[in-house]
Amino acid sequence: MHLPVQLTWLIPALPAVAAAVIAAVPARRPGLGAGLALAALAGSLILALLALAGALADPAARLIHTFTWFDLGHGAIRLGWLLDPLGTLLAVMVATVGLLIFTFSLGYLRDDPRAKQFFCFLSLFAGAMLGLLLANSLLLLFLCWELVGLASYLLIGFWFQRPAAARAARKAFITTRIGDLGLLLGLVWLQDATGTLLLFDGGRGVLETEALGALAGASTVGGLAVSTAIGLLLFCGAAGKSGQVPLHVWLPDAMEGPTPVSALIHAAPMVAAGVFLVARVYPLLAADLALASVPVHALTVVATVGAITALFGAAVAVAQDDIKRVLAFSTVSQLGYMMLAAGTGAWTAAIFHLLTHACFQALLFLSAGSVIHATHHEQDIRRLGGLRRRLPVTCATFTIGMMALAGVPFLFSGFWSKEAILHAAHGWSVSALPFHVALAAVALTAFYMTRLLAEVFAGAPRGHGAETAHESPAVMTIPLVLLAAASIGLGFLGTPWWPWLQSTLDPAFQPEPGGAGLMAVSIALVAAGILAGWSRYGRLPRTSPEAADPLARIVPRLHRALAARLGCDELYAATFGRLCTALAAATTALDRSVWDGCIRLLAQLGAYTGLVSRETDEDVLNSGFNAAGDGLRAGGRAYSRTQTGDAHGYVWMLAAGFVLVTLAVLLGGVR
Amino acid sequence: MSPLQACLLFSSALFSLGLIAVLVRSNAILVLLGVELMLNAANLNFIAFWRYGPAPAEGHGVVFVVFALAVAAAEAAVGLALVIALHRHQRNVRLGEARRLRG
Amino acid sequence: MTALAAIALLTLAAAAIALALRDLIHSALLLIASWVGIAAFYLWAGAEFVAFAQVLIYVGAISMVVLFAVLLTRPPTGPATREPSGRAVPGFLAGGAVLGLLAGAVLSSPLPAGTGAAPAFGVRELGLKLLGPHAGALLATAALLTVALLGAVVLAAARGKEDAS
Repeated sequence: MHLPVQLTWLIPALPAVAAAVIAAVPARRPGLGAGLALAALAGSLILALLALAGALADPAARLIHTFTWFDLGHGAIRLGWLLDPLGTLLAVMVATVGLLIFTFSLGYLRDDPRAKQFFCFLSLFAGAMLGLLLANSLLLLFLCWELVGLASYLLIGFWFQRPAAARAARKAFITTRIGDLGLLLGLVWLQDATGTLLLFDGGRGVLETEALGALAGASTVGGLAVSTAIGLLLFCGAAGKSGQVPLHVWLPDAMEGPTPVSALIHAAPMVAAGVFLVARVYPLLAADLALASVPVHALTVVATVGAITALFGAAVAVAQDDIKRVLAFSTVSQLGYMMLAAGTGAWTAAIFHLLTHACFQALLFLSAGSVIHATHHEQDIRRLGGLRRRLPVTCATFTIGMMALAGVPFLFSGFWSKEAILHAAHGWSVSALPFHVALAAVALTAFYMTRLLAEVFAGAPRGHGAETAHESPAVMTIPLVLLAAASIGLGFLGTPWWPWLQSTLDPAFQPEPGGAGLMAVSIALVAAGILAGWSRYGRLPRTSPEAADPLARIVPRLHRALAARLGCDELYAATFGRLCTALAAATTALDRSVWDGCIRLLAQLGAYTGLVSRETDEDVLNSGFNAAGDGLRAGGRAYSRTQTGDAHGYVWMLAAGFVLVTLAVLLGGVR
Repeated sequence: MSPLQACLLFSSALFSLGLIAVLVRSNAILVLLGVELMLNAANLNFIAFWRYGPAPAEGHGVVFVVFALAVAAAEAAVGLALVIALHRHQRNVRLGEARRLRG
Repeated sequence: MTALAAIALLTLAAAAIALALRDLIHSALLLIASWVGIAAFYLWAGAEFVAFAQVLIYVGAISMVVLFAVLLTRPPTGPATREPSGRAVPGFLAGGAVLGLLAGAVLSSPLPAGTGAAPAFGVRELGLKLLGPHAGALLATAALLTVALLGAVVLAAARGKEDAS
């Protein structure tokens, strides 16, 4: 049984409607809201599975359904839905991971009085995200995109009583908005250049040969092809949403939200939106590859940004002390990998990594949430430690997630997807640098994840929270176990010997031979990273919260710079923040002196005219009017007796008069 | 019953609701909202007559409603400002007590 | 017709409950629902632009002003006092009479039976009408809006002298 494409709207609509209903449910029944949210998302999951079945039955055929949204008189704005393996696969992923995160939230937010709102926002988020994935129109995608942004703002700032959370929410909103401005400009340009924003429209969509040829053929400022310029603008939006350097600053701060939100935002759904957008418009980005004379190819930019982000995130994660912050920077780094893969042409590898990353990163975040929940909101890894015995289930799942993220060979999913990306970077003809950067990031990733694992679970408890911890309830651990299973199993969908996922996503996919040597290199790097991490942090566990980090003893200056996240936030505050303040001050000054002066001048002029006319008035005209005024006043006094001053009375009179007049008309037969 | 009649009955009911609110409620804000409902009912009539009227292509009804909406916005702003001024003067918004200007 | 009946029912129910409630915040929220219903009616009738304008002006703007007015004029203690019941019966009588008369007039008048097709009057035609024959009225409306907003600000702004009293 397959889902008819006309009914695709049901998938995003179910959670969205649930969000609206939950908003109306009384706040004293939080269980009802949570149940609704879960039921709606489960419904969406079933529908998404049906849609996936339909899309997999014939991967090359794209099921589209377009409809007119708004008639402009000459032409219309058309939106549409699209069912293809890429969108439906990710929709299933989002619904599945979302369902597990919803379940986890049941336990995590059990005592929060505003849990109802939380589930409302979560449902809104899920609905918008699913709509984004299944849209066949960049405009519809953009609408959902902004809804996702709104929902993430609400969720990150869920504990808005904390100033840090409110600030983080604002930062996330504004930073992603900067990227979205680029996306919007790209959409406007695309609409102007091709006259449509539908992705596929029977030969007339923007991702089909005709439009792509026209876009790549025309050139704009600096010799760029129009398709390159538009593609880069679209990539701005993707970079903002997916936390690429230099728009990554919001992602680590978004940790201020409740942990399930961190999982939702970092791991799976939200940051995936950016990578998804790049994969979705990949034909547009790749349209300029055939041109030799352009200054830069869009995909080169994507790959470079991705490589920088991958290394940056991995390096900064080494020196962070907050458990969620380490994971946040690892997300930044992994997203860099995905962009790198997409930039080097292997967008299927990017999606593969996206899927596996969604599972193991959600697993890591929810495990961290379980740790935080169990230790009464202790997030500083220097005060944790020794949780191996106290939280056995969480420890096991966290270890599985860590191994998947670090890319421990053969069994874990992260290994296979990372291998696919390294393979693509190795084969990239433009530059070998991203490949070496990616290799360095592999070693760093293994190192900092070992450090995190050792600090949190090994050794002895170093704080009150860690000493009194006990395992979280089943409603929280069951999602962990399920995600751990997925973190292992998903990897086998895309091994070099059986690249089912890649060939499903892209019917033209051809597995490249070789790669055994490359695999050996990356296994050696992973082993080196884990060994280095273990020798520094695991062999001799930290003894007190105050003890210096081993890395800070070896390279103190580097460690300090990394711990300060290489000063990105400070740099932005010093440049963009100052600039905005200065602009605002200049505007105020202009307003005060120039415009105000003009208006005062006008006022003076008016006052002067008034003076002249008053003189003439009093002398010449008044006498006659005084007499008339007296007469009027007498009449008015007589008439004012009928004025009761009661507004209701007046309306009553009006109603009565209306009834009388209408009766007269009806009965009198006056037509 | 033709669709036009159904529309007109709908608007009549809305109008009467607004009128009852104006007559019965003593809170000035609710009275204003009642007036808004009556205005909306009038707009419904315009649209209904435009939709089923003799010359829909001329679009008189739609144009009129657009203007009526603009005026309604002005009316609501001024009305609610009056309510706030009323509240400042007599510390409540009961319409029946606002009769200081009585002749 | 079914859609119209559903829209009418929702709109009227929301409005009726809104005007009967004692908590003004709830009233305002339900009225927003009622205005959305009216917007839905416009959409049903094919006047998309008017529907969006209704949503923007009523659901977006006026509702906010109403909520602000409600919050600013809330009595400091407890909910609103009971309505004086003396006005209720004549009020309902008058409202009922008006409804009856209107319904009678509607049902007894020879109205056109209506055509099935929605008239083609899109945004483009509306724009041409507004900026063509009705440009003067448009300008006058703009001036009216400006003056009304200035007036509203003047009325609502607290003056120092009265504030002290």
